[in-house]
Amino acid sequence: MLKSLKTVAALGALAAAGLAPVASASATLESVKEKGYVACGVSTGLPGFSNPDDKGQWSGLDVDVCRAVAAATLKDAGKVKFVPLTAKERFTALQSGEIDVLSRNTTWTLTRDASLGLNFTGVSYYDGQGFMVKKDLGVKSAKELDGASICIQSGTTSELNLADYFRANNMEYQPVVFDTSDSTAKGFDAGRCDVLTSDQSQLYALRVRLSKPDSAVVLPEVISKEPLGPVVRQGDDQWFNIVKWSLAAMINGEELGLTSGNINAQKASADPNVRRLLGIDGPKGKGLALDDDWSLRIIEQVGNYEEIFERNVGAESPLQIDRGLNALWNEGGILYAPPFR
Amino acid sequence: MSDPEHVSHKRNAKPSFLENMLKEMLRLWRDASFRPLLMQGIVVLLVVMLGVWVINNTMNNLEHRGISTGFDFLSQEAGFGIIQSLVAYDESHSYGRTFVVGILNTLLVSGLGIFFATLLGFLVGVARLSSNWLLARMASVFIETFRNIPLLLQIFFWYFAVLAALPHPRQSYALGDTIFLNLRGLFLPKPIIEQGLLPVLVSCLVAIGLALLLRARNRQRRVATGKGISGAPWYMAALLIGIPALVWHFSGASLVLDTPALKGFNFRGGIAIIPELGALLLALTIYTAAFIAEVVRAGIESVQKGQKEAAASLGLKPGKVLTLVVIPQAMKVIIPPLTNQYLNLAKNSSLATAIGYPDLVSVFAGTTLNQTGQAVEVIAMTMAVYLTISLSVSLLMNIYNRRVALIER
Repeated sequence: MLKSLKTVAALGALAAAGLAPVASASATLESVKEKGYVACGVSTGLPGFSNPDDKGQWSGLDVDVCRAVAAATLKDAGKVKFVPLTAKERFTALQSGEIDVLSRNTTWTLTRDASLGLNFTGVSYYDGQGFMVKKDLGVKSAKELDGASICIQSGTTSELNLADYFRANNMEYQPVVFDTSDSTAKGFDAGRCDVLTSDQSQLYALRVRLSKPDSAVVLPEVISKEPLGPVVRQGDDQWFNIVKWSLAAMINGEELGLTSGNINAQKASADPNVRRLLGIDGPKGKGLALDDDWSLRIIEQVGNYEEIFERNVGAESPLQIDRGLNALWNEGGILYAPPFR
Repeated sequence: MSDPEHVSHKRNAKPSFLENMLKEMLRLWRDASFRPLLMQGIVVLLVVMLGVWVINNTMNNLEHRGISTGFDFLSQEAGFGIIQSLVAYDESHSYGRTFVVGILNTLLVSGLGIFFATLLGFLVGVARLSSNWLLARMASVFIETFRNIPLLLQIFFWYFAVLAALPHPRQSYALGDTIFLNLRGLFLPKPIIEQGLLPVLVSCLVAIGLALLLRARNRQRRVATGKGISGAPWYMAALLIGIPALVWHFSGASLVLDTPALKGFNFRGGIAIIPELGALLLALTIYTAAFIAEVVRAGIESVQKGQKEAAASLGLKPGKVLTLVVIPQAMKVIIPPLTNQYLNLAKNSSLATAIGYPDLVSVFAGTTLNQTGQAVEVIAMTMAVYLTISLSVSLLMNIYNRRVALIER
C-alpha cells in the first residue's frame, strides 16, 4: 500500500495536470534550466547501477547517465536530483512529470515504447536474464530447475520471461514476488526460494549483498534479451535528442580514446572526429539547443563509457563484470553509437 | 399627501411578464423550504461538474501523452505466474483473471484474519479484566506491545521469524508421512472424493438442519419449564456425526488422500499453505486482536456493576454471568468500534505486497499494472474493490448491530 500510494499520488497529478497549459515541445529543457537540476529516476538501491553510499551520494552506471545529461544541459554533472523508484512506480513517475529522465535498468520493449507514452533513448547496457542458485543444491543448469521456488521482483520483464521459459521447457515453478530488489535478495538469503532470477548484471550486484556471497552461483543460461536504457516522455523531441546524444557522446568518446584525463590535451587534436565530438568543428550544440561544449563537459566531468563501466560494474568495482556484449562494436561487443557528424 | 389617482392607475395596470417573474423568484428566494433545496441543488451540480471535468481532463491528458486507455487489456493473456490461487490459474489466463485471483486472495486473508482476530481479541479483552493478577497483567502487556508497533514492522518480523525457524524442504518437520512443514510452507493432504459425494453432502445438510431443530426445541422447553432436554448436546453430536457417517458407509463413497511428497526441490501434491499467508495472517490477527481486546474491555466495563451483582446473586456462575448477562449488553457498545477494526484489517491486508503474498495490490495493482501500464484503470478498479469490501462489512455489521440493539429490554 505504501508503494501504491506514490502511484495514486502520481495519478492525481496526471488528473490535475490540465490546470497547467499543455506542455510545449521544448518544455523539459526549459523546466530543467529553471529548476536548476535534472530529476532522475533511479532504483531504490542496486550496487553498480544506482546505489547511495552512507553519505547519501549516488553512484552507478545509471546514475552517471543522468550526470552526463546534467553536464550537457546545466554545465554541472552534480546538478541531479535522484528519485529512488521501485520497478512498479517507475513509469507512472515519468508519465506524471515527477522525473525528467528514467535511468533505472529498464528493459526496452515494444509495449513500453508504444503504449506507455514513453520513448527509449538508446541502450546503456546490454543485459540478459539469468538465474542464481544456492551452491549446495548442486544445480548446474537452468533446465534442472523443475519445481523450484523462485524469488523475483514485481513489475519486471523478468516475471514474464520466467513464465515463458518454464512453460517452453515444460517445467513447473513457484513465483515468490517481492516489491524491491533488496527484499528479493533477503527472501533468497532467508531460504524462501531455491532460485533468484533477474537480469544477470543484477544477480552479480545482489550476490554481493548476500550474507555469504560465496554460497550462491550464477547459472550459465541467459534466457532473454534485456537492452537497458534511459527513458523520457513522448512528445518532447528536443529533450529526447539531448538524452540520446548524451549517451552517444560517452560511447563515441571511448571509441575515439577520449577520457576525462586527456580531454583537455585533445582539444589541440587534428583528428576531425575528435574535433567534431569536442564541438570545435561540425554540428556543435545548436541543433540540441545547447552550447558547443556540451559533449566535452560530459567526458570531462563524467568520463567516457569505458570509464563509467569499469568504475561502476567492471574491473574497478566489486561486481567484476566483463565487458562482454557491452564492449565496443569494433572490440567484439555490440556497443555502437551513431556518429557525430 | 399621496396622489390617489396615481395609485389607482398603478393598481389597474397589468404587471409585465418580467415583473411577474422577478416577483415569483423573489418569493421563492424568501421561501424557507425552497431556498435550502436550491442551494443543495447548486452544490450537487458543481460537484458533478467537477467530477466530469476531472475525468475528461484525465482522458485528454492520457491521450495527449500517448498512453493507452480502455479496458481491453483485461482480456489479454497475462503471461506471469501467481504462487497462490483459489481458482484455476496459469500463465495463459487473462489479466482479468489475475484481478479475480487477487480479490480472492485478499478476501481469504481478510476473512481468516477477522475470524482469528475476533477470537483472540475477545479472549484477551476478557482476560484483561480477569481477577487473576497474572492473567490480567499478561493481557495488558500483550495489548500495549502489539498495539504500539507499526504493522509493517510486525509483518516483516513474523515473516523473517517464521522463515528463520523453519528447515529446508529436505529436512522438513513431518507428522507421519502426510503433513510436512518447511521453508516453503505447510503441506497438508488433500482429500479427493471420487464418487458418492452428493448423498454425503445432502446428509450433512439434513444432519445440520435436525441439530438446529433440536436446539430450538431445547431452548423452547427451557424457557417454558426452566429445564432443558437432558443430554441435548449429546443428541446433537450424535445427529451431526451419525447421519453422514451412515450415509457414507452405505453409499460406498470412497475418499482418496492426495498426500504431498518431496519431488526434486519441493513437495508436490496436497494443499500448500505458503509462509507468506501464515506470516501475514499472524501479524494481522495479533495486531488487530490487540485493538479488539480494548474494544471488548470498554464494552464490558460499560455494563453496570449492578447487573453483574444481580446475576451473581441469582446464583449464576461467573462464566454464565459473562456470557448470559454481561456480553449481550456489552455487544451494542462493542459492535460499532469492532466494525472499524474489521475495516482496518481488510485494508491493512494490502501490506501483503511487502512480503510477497499475492493479494489484490500485489498481483493486480502491482504486476498487472506494470505489465500493461494502464495505471488509471487498474488503480480505479482496485479502489472500487476495497470500497466494496469495506461497505459490505459495514452493511453486515450494521444489520447485526440492529439485531443486537433490538434485544435490549
